[in-house]
Amino acid sequence: MAEHILGAHDLDVDEIQIPREDWFESSDTLQKLRKNKKFPTIWCAGCGIGIVMGSLIRAIDHLGLSNDEVALVSGIGCTSRMPVYMDFNTMHTTHGRALAFATGLKIARPHMQVIAIMGDGDALAIGGNHFIHAARRNIGITSIIVNNAIYGMTGGQYSPTTPVGKQATTAPYGNIEPPFPICELAIASGATYVARSTVYHVLELDKYIQEAIQKDGFSLVEAVSYCHTTYGRLNKFGTAPDMMRGLKKDSISKSAFEKLSPRERAENSKIVRGVLHVDDSREEFSRVCRQLSERVRTGGSQ
Amino acid sequence: MNIPFVDRIEIRLVGKGGQGMILAGMILAEAATIYDFKNAVQTQTYGPEARGGASKSEVVISSGEIDYPEVINADVLVVMSQEACDKYALSMKADSLSILDDENIDCLPITPFVRAPITRLALETTGKTLAANIVALGVLVGLTGAVSRQAIEKAVLARAPEGTKEMNRQALLKGFEVAEHLNEPI
Amino acid sequence: MVVSLMQGNEAISWGALAAGCRFFAGYPITPSTEIAEMLARELPKVGGTFIQMEDEIASMAAIIGASIGGLKSMTATSGPGFSLMQENIGYAAMTEVPCVVVNVQRLGPSTGLATAAAQGDVMQTRWGTHGDHPIIVLSPTSVTQSFELTIRAFNLSERYRTPVILLTEGIIGHMREPIDLPDFDALEIVERVITDTPDHYVPFSNDLGDVPPLASFGQGYRYHITGLFHDPMGFPTQRLDEIDPWLERVHHKLDRHLDEIVMVEEDLQDDARIAIIAYGVSARGARHALKLARSQGYKVSMLTLLTIWPFPEAQVEELGDQVDRVIVPEMNLGQLALEVERMVGRKKVARVNRANGEMVTPQMILDVIES
Repeated sequence: MAEHILGAHDLDVDEIQIPREDWFESSDTLQKLRKNKKFPTIWCAGCGIGIVMGSLIRAIDHLGLSNDEVALVSGIGCTSRMPVYMDFNTMHTTHGRALAFATGLKIARPHMQVIAIMGDGDALAIGGNHFIHAARRNIGITSIIVNNAIYGMTGGQYSPTTPVGKQATTAPYGNIEPPFPICELAIASGATYVARSTVYHVLELDKYIQEAIQKDGFSLVEAVSYCHTTYGRLNKFGTAPDMMRGLKKDSISKSAFEKLSPRERAENSKIVRGVLHVDDSREEFSRVCRQLSERVRTGGSQ
Repeated sequence: MNIPFVDRIEIRLVGKGGQGMILAGMILAEAATIYDFKNAVQTQTYGPEARGGASKSEVVISSGEIDYPEVINADVLVVMSQEACDKYALSMKADSLSILDDENIDCLPITPFVRAPITRLALETTGKTLAANIVALGVLVGLTGAVSRQAIEKAVLARAPEGTKEMNRQALLKGFEVAEHLNEPI
Repeated sequence: MVVSLMQGNEAISWGALAAGCRFFAGYPITPSTEIAEMLARELPKVGGTFIQMEDEIASMAAIIGASIGGLKSMTATSGPGFSLMQENIGYAAMTEVPCVVVNVQRLGPSTGLATAAAQGDVMQTRWGTHGDHPIIVLSPTSVTQSFELTIRAFNLSERYRTPVILLTEGIIGHMREPIDLPDFDALEIVERVITDTPDHYVPFSNDLGDVPPLASFGQGYRYHITGLFHDPMGFPTQRLDEIDPWLERVHHKLDRHLDEIVMVEEDLQDDARIAIIAYGVSARGARHALKLARSQGYKVSMLTLLTIWPFPEAQVEELGDQVDRVIVPEMNLGQLALEVERMVGRKKVARVNRANGEMVTPQMILDVIES
């Protein structure tokens, strides 16, 4: 394991061997995990979702948030199993609806940090309507979409982010549907913070998730991941490490991207990583609701 | 043997959507309950159109309990459009009375009726056809006494927006006046 | 308070406010929309929130989210929207989160007739979401009961940690009747009470009676909620020794408290050989028919069901034992009649059905009494 990742956990290599019962006590960030929940996780060995979970707990720890003030809401899918492992107020809801549940919770508890964690099929196919409307309202939810371009839990069906031509169990002749650009969709819908990185670029993810949580309004971090078990196997992308290396090779930072010539930019097929959009002009929605109530109660109805 | 429902009066008000038939029903029911201290239930049926289509408002008035809330066989029918007449001039008592806005209705019901140019009188009295429903209420109450004149006047004024109260009162009085001059049902 | 003329939908809205509802999420649909419109106007005045969601699925999700955040929450809809809410109603049942869903029924199936009423969703309220689950469904017969049963719906929902459906329809929803609203402060309102400390809190305990107390999020009681079968701490489980006790408890939590949940109105006559069993707006026509029949010398009893789920089995069975015939009028092709038949036997039951948007008339019922 890389030094900087261990460092982020306040761990050194020897400490990896510590007995399980003492494991949680060995790091501040691990205090964010549930002690009474059976590990390991349900994710396949080598899956990128656990890396996003690591980034999320480090981000919350860095911000000094107490476990009580964080609510984690998810839908259905591999990614949506994440909340169960984390010692916050956690809610594993129905497929696609995390943001709708989170909207009600944020209004009821405006001072909580409400984080919605979703997969690409969850957030964009069945939950696409809630996604654009949560962004439109600018409700103060930090949304994290782990994009592995496939329905993993059901065994590898194509999702709204599967590239054209790629194999899936429901696209045996190659996918014929064009994918959604997640971040662009969020920006167009009104999100006030939008960033993207990959599970290879963990420190970027840590930083973006931290910034997203700090934003008042609707924020989105797209964490590009992979599914070696289904998508990788069907498309002959090799092992998890192979796919991890692919994320390094096939992505480019926003600053490097901006230095490209217009033609190179137009032809770019790599994942652009970086903070893609910040808008500080819009008021957060649960606050707008409270202001409305205040206005009505003090007599102004217009 | 006691006969239930002896003082149950069933009134049906029908017209085009936008003619204010549902509002007229509400006002009539408010006159009965709030100002005449009786019991009343108002129900309504309307089409999907916000304006146009056929709209029906029913009011049942009684001094006792009202179980079945809709009109079973109408005692009084107010008709403001031909389409509503075709659709809703049904299930009338034999001795019922229909009040027709005679410039809007040319195909007549078979039960007893009277005719008055309700919409035109509203326009002449108030400058607005919108007040036709209030004129109609005046004719209805003037002819039938379903509620007291004082009650209907209070109910109309309570519902009328500020600045239109006098106009609505004039419309109601015009209805009373029309009722005085109408002869026996034809 | 002064008697006023009020629509059923308005009375539901006032009932919700009186019960302490402080969050409403909904989507416009005839004939329920007045509830959303009125709560959009009234909720901000009491510090509550109205939100118009993107659809009924989101509305149902949002009220569960707000409820777990500590706000008493409600949505209101009609057939097509109610169909969309089903999955999340099951989620509320599974996670034992209180919430109130108003279904102002209209004529279906599908878009049907938006402006015509019906009682066609009776079975859907019971079995609309997949899987065996507990649910409470109340059905008012008047504007005053629309107010009273809405408060009752909130109270039962909080007391039993269950979604409660208030099942009305377009006639009572839009009907105006005089109502004498009580002083809200004098009403009995059930609030969440939690006595355990966070360290000892077991959100889905099977050992604390049938209804473990509910802690809202954000109060220091961190725990997990999932639509998966879960252990007492809320964590997913596939163990039969954890699934079975949960199943047993959530069904017992209603079965063992029928005295408080099941409400009926009895109007019995000695030696009656005929009974009418009715609910909702059809009870109005039935009562009219009852009075006509009695005035003609017939002996007829009547049972009005205000709680329709859990079905008032004991009351229906007892009445069925006393009479030869049971008449069940409904604005559908026979739904609750199936339950009555289950309790009293098919041969005794005479169904009176109308499923075209019009009410079952007193004459239709009288014809059966006279036959």
